[in-house]
Amino acid sequence: MVKLTSPEQLESCREKLQAARKQGKPCVAICGGTGCRANRGLEVARTFRKLLKEKSLARKVDIRITGCHGFCEQGPLVVLLPQGTLYVSVTPDDVKEIVTTSIEGGSVVERLTYQMPGTKQRISRESDIPFYANQQRIVLAKNGKIDPTSIDDYIAVGGYASLAKAITTMESDEIIDWVEKSGLRGRGGAGFPTGRKWRACRQAKGYPKYVLCNGDEGDPGAFMDRSIMEGNPHLVLEGMAIGAYAIGSNQGYIYVRHEYPLAVENLLIAINQAQECDLLGDSILGTDFSFNIRISRGAGAFVCGESTALMASIEGFSCEPRAKHIHTCEKGLFGLPTNLNNVETWANVPGIIDKGCQWFADIGSENSKGTKVFSLVGKVRNTGLVEVPMGTTLRRVIYDIGGGVADNRKFKAVQTGGPSGGCLPANELDLPVDFDRLTQAGSMMGSGGMIVMDDRTCMVEVARYFTKFLTKESCGKCTACREGLLRMDELLERITSGRGSIEDVELLGEVGVYVQTNSMCGLGKTAANPTLSTIKYFKDEYIAHVVDRRCPAGVCKELTTFSIDGAKCRACGKCIKGCPVEAITGEKKTAHIINQDKCIKCGACREVCPFDAVVTM
Amino acid sequence: MKLQKVDEIIDKYDGEKSWLVMILQDIQQEYHYLPASALERVASILGISLSQVYNVATFYSSFSLTKRGKHLVRFCDGTACHLRGSGSIHDEIKRHLGIEVGQTTPNKKFTFEDVACLGACALAPVMTVDSKYYGSMTPEKVRQALEQYKAEP
Repeated sequence: MVKLTSPEQLESCREKLQAARKQGKPCVAICGGTGCRANRGLEVARTFRKLLKEKSLARKVDIRITGCHGFCEQGPLVVLLPQGTLYVSVTPDDVKEIVTTSIEGGSVVERLTYQMPGTKQRISRESDIPFYANQQRIVLAKNGKIDPTSIDDYIAVGGYASLAKAITTMESDEIIDWVEKSGLRGRGGAGFPTGRKWRACRQAKGYPKYVLCNGDEGDPGAFMDRSIMEGNPHLVLEGMAIGAYAIGSNQGYIYVRHEYPLAVENLLIAINQAQECDLLGDSILGTDFSFNIRISRGAGAFVCGESTALMASIEGFSCEPRAKHIHTCEKGLFGLPTNLNNVETWANVPGIIDKGCQWFADIGSENSKGTKVFSLVGKVRNTGLVEVPMGTTLRRVIYDIGGGVADNRKFKAVQTGGPSGGCLPANELDLPVDFDRLTQAGSMMGSGGMIVMDDRTCMVEVARYFTKFLTKESCGKCTACREGLLRMDELLERITSGRGSIEDVELLGEVGVYVQTNSMCGLGKTAANPTLSTIKYFKDEYIAHVVDRRCPAGVCKELTTFSIDGAKCRACGKCIKGCPVEAITGEKKTAHIINQDKCIKCGACREVCPFDAVVTM
Repeated sequence: MKLQKVDEIIDKYDGEKSWLVMILQDIQQEYHYLPASALERVASILGISLSQVYNVATFYSSFSLTKRGKHLVRFCDGTACHLRGSGSIHDEIKRHLGIEVGQTTPNKKFTFEDVACLGACALAPVMTVDSKYYGSMTPEKVRQALEQYKAEP
């Protein structure tokens, strides 16, 4: 790697890298995100390398392990460039056919292409698949194109041009002005105007000033930030460096949660590479601007996603939030002016500097500009990462991009905003997703988790699940959150175990409001949202639990009995094989029977039955 | 117990007390848990109270003050995994190993823990054994996976 001591040298380096990457040279891009890796994606890559070497094709065909492509349901993913052919669910055993048929033969392996659900139609071009075609990818644009451990790849696709522009041609106030006018708001959940935060930190008295990146991403079901940190770490570094220059900071920290070791690894590689090239460190690009970044790892605490708790953790303490009468932009980390932004927020900054604030402001809705990355998970066909303009409706995300509810089941609710958010029913599907509209409906956009639920999801149990999670994660500092959540958990346990009453449901709502209005930090203030939103929209389920002593979704074990409808049963034996406690018996051509004394009500039989013969009472 | 490794880890972070969380993480990686003598050493060298060290060591869920088994088995109970049946994965691991979450088997081969979310939601429900991910799990797949580890000497 070459030291780049001026913007001209950076551009010269870029030209050379682009020239070396011969246009049209075949490349096999294999998704190296955590999901595909867990599914033998790296073994697929190794098999490609071995086979191409054996066939003396290694010099003619590049192999690139890229960041997360986002179409996680269909992984491991392999894209053949430049034609853009996408192969899905690729196994090591498929590699030989891909090499022979596609790389050598120039044809498509039809059976490995994406198949439209419910049809025989197959689509081979990645860009034509509705999952991708209906997105607008800006933050994730390069994830599938670059090796995240290669700074050369990042520079070749335009990386660090924005940093060079910012620190050599723009004044700090001008940069902050642009970010303000762009309308960029924090992507971590609070949605605070980013430019306003930067300006406040710039104006604060005190030195040194710090810029922090919140990579804690504790919301269960959310993995947007993971994919950005793993898949395009230099984008985050570049954004932070621009922000640091604007604010007047020379030291940054990226706080990464404990459960993301690959993100830590790729960020460390990126930081070292950037330092070697003088894109970080002292005298960046030959200027007098210096900026260093250190990684701080979390150790397993959801509350560390809260800004003051995160700072306490970096300072070497347990993460207890503090009241923000004095904002952290004035007194934050180590009592000094600190600007903290989320991973995705930082990742948006280079684009704004490159294309201008008006370009960004033209995307999105009236008060929520730009795009947002969502992790679409749960009972949906196309689980994965979706990036769309703010203001896109829930329906478009879940149906046009997500492919609708999995297994042809009926949509019941979508949960947004993680444990701080709420559950929205079918009649809210046309809500535009932005900072304000979801909050008005009783949920929130949050960091971007979007969890689809079907008719087999018990909404009371969902409230219980989130409340129990939050009782464990509450730091315990303030009474309302600590004690209030425990009481809510007890009430929800009673209701879901068949011991609840209508008075319990009413009390649950009251305690929820108490927790909401009397907690100090964001965790406590929003902790009751899952419960209050499910009471608001799914009261009938609560009534069924406490009056009818029945769980309509067939989830709460004490309120559910599984049995087999003899009229539907085809005696295929799948339920017998799937039962973990051998509670089902039956011979061929005879309707199977569940032994209620043995049944543990896990629901495995219902999941595997292809004829919907397992019913709940 | 030799504490030289502890000293080396603290040196790596220039003896700065603000790096306490990461110092403890590296010590846990070395010893597979946080020994009491190591925590005393940390307090002494960093010049902070032992209670502060224990405050941090007991606050974060990834730290363990007791020795873990050879293999760490974790089931993900993130929302996506929860909806897709993490409960049955938990039940099967519990049944197969004979221990509850937070416990270690008597032969010290397995420790069973839960985790809120691993960020591999497309593969829900997910189980990990050490650093290896197992996706789209069913009770039967849990049995098959754990049997392989049980068969190890």
